[in-house]
Amino acid sequence: MKKITAYCRITDRQVILNGKEPDIAFSGEPGSSRLTEIYRYLDAGYPKFHKMDNLSKAGFLASEMVLRALDYDRETPDGSTSVVFANKSASLDDDKRFQATINPDNYYPSPSVFVYTLPNIVTGEVAIRNKIHGETSFFILEDFDAEKMHTFIEWAFSSPGINRVLCGWTEYLDNHCDVLVMMVEKESPKGMDYNILNINQLYLN
Amino acid sequence: MIYKLSDNIISSLGFTTAANYKAVLEGKSGIAPGKDAAGNPIAISRIEPEIVEESFRNTFKTKEKYTIPEQAMLLSAHIAMKEAGIQAGSERTCFVLSSTKGNIHLLGLPTHGFGQDRVHLWHTAGLLAGFFGNPNTPFTVSNACISGACAQIAAIQLLEQGRYDHVVVTGMDLAPDFIVSGFQSFKSLDEERCRPFDARRKGLNLGEAAATIVYGKEKKKGISLIRGSIRNDANHISGPSRTGEGLYRALQTAMDGIPAHDIAFISAHGTATPYNDQMEAIAFSRAGLQSSPVFSLKALFGHTLGAAGILESIIAVKALEQGLVLPSTGYEEPGIEGDITISTALSKTDKRYCLKTLSGFGGCNAVLLFENTL
Repeated sequence: MKKITAYCRITDRQVILNGKEPDIAFSGEPGSSRLTEIYRYLDAGYPKFHKMDNLSKAGFLASEMVLRALDYDRETPDGSTSVVFANKSASLDDDKRFQATINPDNYYPSPSVFVYTLPNIVTGEVAIRNKIHGETSFFILEDFDAEKMHTFIEWAFSSPGINRVLCGWTEYLDNHCDVLVMMVEKESPKGMDYNILNINQLYLN
Repeated sequence: MIYKLSDNIISSLGFTTAANYKAVLEGKSGIAPGKDAAGNPIAISRIEPEIVEESFRNTFKTKEKYTIPEQAMLLSAHIAMKEAGIQAGSERTCFVLSSTKGNIHLLGLPTHGFGQDRVHLWHTAGLLAGFFGNPNTPFTVSNACISGACAQIAAIQLLEQGRYDHVVVTGMDLAPDFIVSGFQSFKSLDEERCRPFDARRKGLNLGEAAATIVYGKEKKKGISLIRGSIRNDANHISGPSRTGEGLYRALQTAMDGIPAHDIAFISAHGTATPYNDQMEAIAFSRAGLQSSPVFSLKALFGHTLGAAGILESIIAVKALEQGLVLPSTGYEEPGIEGDITISTALSKTDKRYCLKTLSGFGGCNAVLLFENTL
């Protein structure tokens, strides 16, 4: 039976990892500085984090917490895990930043801003960090939809050799963060039942 | 396995698949000299907006205002669905949109008057389904340059689930300043027509297109999409893997059980950037495809981003149906390390299968396996 074996929720209000609030001291307003505070709390030692756009940072942090909670082995190349994320605003947060830098005086802005104008880059960041060689996919929905998320997870599981799907709603726009990342495992003795109702419940929490 | 009922391509080479395929056989390229917004020379395959508007007006006679990317997308879907003779408004029909940037040009037009939702891809997809009176929430894939393959893989899933009889897969991306300046910042554009797999290749050309395939689940003769696979390099967000790891893994999964000598050809990604083409050669070679002819269509259409996987699949399976292997335009001088066979001239094949491959930012790779059933 498939189970949801870990999940992490990051919103403007709080961070929740498997039902508990980690003891992170937030000092500022919601937004990118909070993401940095979560990063410091995790003591991840991954300088690439600071180059990421906010969408990637948010998805990365939630994934990092989920995988740590599962003692995931990030050193061994893993062809049996897929990363499937979705959101509402694609990479619009970074798109706006990039657009603001295009002007006749500086027509060739920074490539490091441009590369994040694709929403699926966050799935790539998670794959690189954890040596995940399964599928990486990104879908856009008007709003969070547990039934559609369940559908995307099922699609990912239908590919041969995939036993785990790291799935998430990774929305970040204009300093507002709305992220749910969960691990669904094909054969797991423990964890929460994997169904649409529970996915929805985790999001509403 | 799903079955192709019809298709359409809208590009600088024409507004029908027939016109585009004819141009390909004649070796015509849509890539022409142009300028970026800073006045620097680029080579690009652009669709004339006036022709899109005229065609749209004549086809739909609507008073509503639509952006040029929307018009191209709607025209492409309309032409393909008409050919297939399916009911667009049926609850047994579902739409899948593949786009990387959709209406992104609106960000540079603060007074566009279309409302703030218009720049969102979910809005574009909703408009696609809604325009044709379809009641189902459409699916939207935005997975960089492999989106067009992902959308077709989604079509397999949707049809095999049994909830739909037809899936309309439409890809669309134009090349506004946003995209051109981004690729310029990466220094990945060739000022001249690109040369995929050639020793002198130095970058890609961008292209504009909308393309549609209508798939059904009723068994029929002709082209079927057997399966597809998506795998990640886990190496770098903007540089391909030196070992072709993700593409190699995707090839293995997609080819499962089909021997390499049964593959008529590979329609490669072949962007003509130095690293991409080299990476593909390594992956093809690792997958035992050294003898399968490889071609890229990028020197004809440019890189059409979210439309590429659909547009290039359509051209590839047209050739497969006719028993032809297309030449890889722009290739003259061997310049790839590794053992692969670049197709240098139009040739005949009697093999039934072909592969379409794509790779993109974020380290993603996709492979589609098509069959021609006589």
